[in-house]
Amino acid sequence: MDGKKASRSKGVKTLGSGESALPSQSRRKFLASGAAVAGATVATGAGLVAARAEKIAVPPSNQEMGRPIDPKAYGMPSKYEAHVTRNRTDVFVNKQNWSDWSMTPLHQQVGIITPNGLFYERHHAGVPDIDPATHNLVIHGMVKQPLKFSMSDLMRYPSVSKFHFMECSGNGLTDWKAPKSKTVQQTHGLLGCAQWTGIPLSWLLDRVGLADGAKWLLFEGADGAAHARSIPIEKALADTLLVYGQNGEMLRPENGYPLRAFIPGWEGNVSVKWLRRIKVSDKPWHLRSETARYTDPMPEGKWRQFSMVMECKSVITNPSGGMQLHGPGLYEIQGFAWSGNGTIKAVDVTLDGGRTWQEAKLEDPVLDRCLTRFRFLWNWDGGPAKIASRAVDSTGYVQPTVADLEKTRAITGFVQHHNAIFPWSIAPSGEVANAIA
Amino acid sequence: MRSLDIISAVAAAAVFCAASSLAQAAGAPDLKLGTPVSAADIAAIDIDISTSDGVGLPPGKGTVADGAKIYAEKCVECHGEKAAGGSMYGSMVGGVGSFLTDKRKLTPGSMYPYAPILFDYIRRAMPMTAPQSLTNEEVYALSAYILNLNGLVPDGGSLDAKTMAAIEMPNRNGFIVDDRPDAKAVRCMKDCPPIKD
Repeated sequence: MDGKKASRSKGVKTLGSGESALPSQSRRKFLASGAAVAGATVATGAGLVAARAEKIAVPPSNQEMGRPIDPKAYGMPSKYEAHVTRNRTDVFVNKQNWSDWSMTPLHQQVGIITPNGLFYERHHAGVPDIDPATHNLVIHGMVKQPLKFSMSDLMRYPSVSKFHFMECSGNGLTDWKAPKSKTVQQTHGLLGCAQWTGIPLSWLLDRVGLADGAKWLLFEGADGAAHARSIPIEKALADTLLVYGQNGEMLRPENGYPLRAFIPGWEGNVSVKWLRRIKVSDKPWHLRSETARYTDPMPEGKWRQFSMVMECKSVITNPSGGMQLHGPGLYEIQGFAWSGNGTIKAVDVTLDGGRTWQEAKLEDPVLDRCLTRFRFLWNWDGGPAKIASRAVDSTGYVQPTVADLEKTRAITGFVQHHNAIFPWSIAPSGEVANAIA
Repeated sequence: MRSLDIISAVAAAAVFCAASSLAQAAGAPDLKLGTPVSAADIAAIDIDISTSDGVGLPPGKGTVADGAKIYAEKCVECHGEKAAGGSMYGSMVGGVGSFLTDKRKLTPGSMYPYAPILFDYIRRAMPMTAPQSLTNEEVYALSAYILNLNGLVPDGGSLDAKTMAAIEMPNRNGFIVDDRPDAKAVRCMKDCPPIKD
């Protein structure tokens, strides 16, 4: 694909010279534009003044045959979208890229569903390529009859499909007390949302028969880290899925092909990918992945363990860090809100750094533990502004500030579960920047 | 059936949004799928250790001295001399007491509440370029070496299932259960305190 033409360095779309940036025609591109507008349209403090348009020529695409249909192919995005990429973490940089992560370009996601090729990744030993014909799931331990299920066994069950977000516990870890990241992809890109298809784990636990005293499950992957987590049985029975489908197709290798756990609302790493084994026990395993990792530092040298739920959170994606506004006028602020504890009840937006807040519009559908889009129309006066969103979920929980979280947690260093309100500053020049402090 | 008892109990507790899944579970299609497996069938993949009591630690033994040799051959390139940090990863030694500061140093010695965590992790994931290639004796030896560097196994010492499970780790009581929601933000709309500058 020809991706060289577009600006790729900052993950921010750049308008070509002469391309219209009239907000009413192309607000998204306008908000995303990082280039000076060289077209015939300018925005002023009093509103929009359109110069006389030039004559519109017949485009070349009207004057030639297009591409024919390939006999068989997997469709790809337009070559003009080649700058829209999932990017390896580049603020916190690992020295190797096997136990590593990549981040979703949320500022370029125009609906609640994250395309599979842009869905963030977190692996602990790289991506295995597993042949589904050889893949099995074993369920054993405190069960009446240990069983091995082939992929064809699992796919013979009636399927269940659910829309849910998935977020890494580490989302936002670089930006607690000072702006280290530039874009929302870097600050919030360990997040995606998809329709997940599979079967309830409870069906298989019913099939093997849980023994008396069964309280915890081990989920273990078939990757080079044999990544594993202990899962309480209440959650496994309540709503945990074993999924093979994501957004209408089989999982991508990097997201667990051919089988992964999916635990709605919980940190992504417990939804173990390449799932090959479930063991039933009366207690948790306390593995490295749930003691030395994926725990949260607390005052007095303590660590919070098994902190699985991803609490209510939101962020403005347009405009966001690295973008450029082009003069005063109307802008639609857009963003996402989500909660691992239920549905989004409301999102408020501040334009003055948190002194006053106004309720934004939620866009349907508003689904349980799913990304929800919000919109807020803003008439920017051209002065300095500090914008942020604040979500409220169906439990009544109000998204906190970093200062709120700091009252109970230790938040210096490599710290996860950052669900705080996240501000962006707008300079009179129109420059949008990370304003966490 | 016990599993259905649990399902009923959870349903009675009205776990949020679980109702539809549970209804499906109650009516789980009885397809009689799955092939019975024995412990012997799955022995090669049954690698987890119940780290709090050491159940699952295999027979075998390894010495600190052997661990040092294996470490020099298979680990030092990424983790550095004497596990002090190398080309890929940071130190695996020390850090006890650092959690009271802003420079928390996470190592097996400072962080693990139970010593068998180290056996479980090395066996399942190390060395990164050839996971699950070490013998149980090699895993015991490497565990003994790294815990020796952390002052938890004596010089000239060794580890086996019994001695490893008996080690008292400094961070044994370092964990608290998830007590969130811990923030109590209010939905202020006017005259609110600004987001910290």
